[in-house]
Amino acid sequence: MQVVVLSPEKEIFNGEANRVKVPGASGQFEILNGHAPIVSSLEKGVVSISKTGGEPFTVAIRQGFVEVLQNEVAVLVVPED
Amino acid sequence: MANLKEVRERIKSVISTQQITKAMKMVSAAKLRRAQEGIVRFRPYATKLQAMMQNIIANMEGDSASELGQVRDVQKAFIVVVTSNKGLCGAFNTNIIKEAIKLVEGRYAEQRASGNLYMMFIGKKGYDYFKKHYADIRLMDDYVGILEKINFDEVVRIPEFLMDSFKDKDLDEAVVVYGEFKNAAVQFARAEQFLPVPKPKKVEDEEQKRSFKADYIFEPSKEKLLQTLIPTILKNQFYKYLLDTSASEHGARMTAMENATENANEMLKELKISYNKARQEAITRELSEIVSGAKALEEG
Repeated sequence: MQVVVLSPEKEIFNGEANRVKVPGASGQFEILNGHAPIVSSLEKGVVSISKTGGEPFTVAIRQGFVEVLQNEVAVLVVPED
Repeated sequence: MANLKEVRERIKSVISTQQITKAMKMVSAAKLRRAQEGIVRFRPYATKLQAMMQNIIANMEGDSASELGQVRDVQKAFIVVVTSNKGLCGAFNTNIIKEAIKLVEGRYAEQRASGNLYMMFIGKKGYDYFKKHYADIRLMDDYVGILEKINFDEVVRIPEFLMDSFKDKDLDEAVVVYGEFKNAAVQFARAEQFLPVPKPKKVEDEEQKRSFKADYIFEPSKEKLLQTLIPTILKNQFYKYLLDTSASEHGARMTAMENATENANEMLKELKISYNKARQEAITRELSEIVSGAKALEEG
């Protein structure tokens, strides 16, 4: 699935991934291929994006939102410095 | 007719001024490019956020009103004026200041008279002007220097402060006056209402319809999501005001310096003509002196 992570100041990540772990407002959850459409706010925590066979890519965030629609994941974050 | 030496001096000074305006134009062009990049980088984030809000509203039945959208009787008003720190950018700051004066003397004249008008300044030019001419208004200068380096984390403290004050009823209406950026040559001075936020409207377009049909899960609830989204959008809006003003400033300065350079060219052309005339005259005078001198000798 296609994942894009955006902050107000730049694009943090844009690419293919198999798993995205996000700190949702009602608990951490994982987005896999074919996840149902969802919009959720995110709490302070870590967003982790992994691709099979590769090191996961992580971003510490202070706050954010995630939207999943038709295998496209958009994560909007305010990153932790 | 001006004498040769005088004209030569003028030419020299015009040339050196022109070098300065040329250099300033180039510096502004570089800064403008950087400021524009900032806007471009910010755009996808802002667009997506807006789309998310539309999504939620479209899926919501009933009221999407928020605490920050409460319209009250305006007792206390707040104006944020965003200008540049430096001058030499044409009428850019003047236009923004004019727009702010319109508010002070028109829409908020009543609040001003009762001492309930507050103004906050970002950028020195606006602050200097109002400090001098409107000493009766409460002016805040805590964030005057923030434009030097626009940093998201720092900038959002201002909208946070405004939203908190609004919730505590320390202000009933807030307006931001800034320089909207269209392109390098076109900037507008604009006054935009920041608080209370207008109720988000549903928009209809193709891209949106596609996502409206999706059966979304909303976490936590739509209402709660909206309550976190609206402040986030407001913070972004405010950030955008500063990005815009900064880009506009550099655009305005670039245009102003370009004009100045051109004017200097015109002046140089005219000065060169009068220099040549003066030189020609001197030569003619000398020649006629020599000729008449020789003639006098011959006759004598």
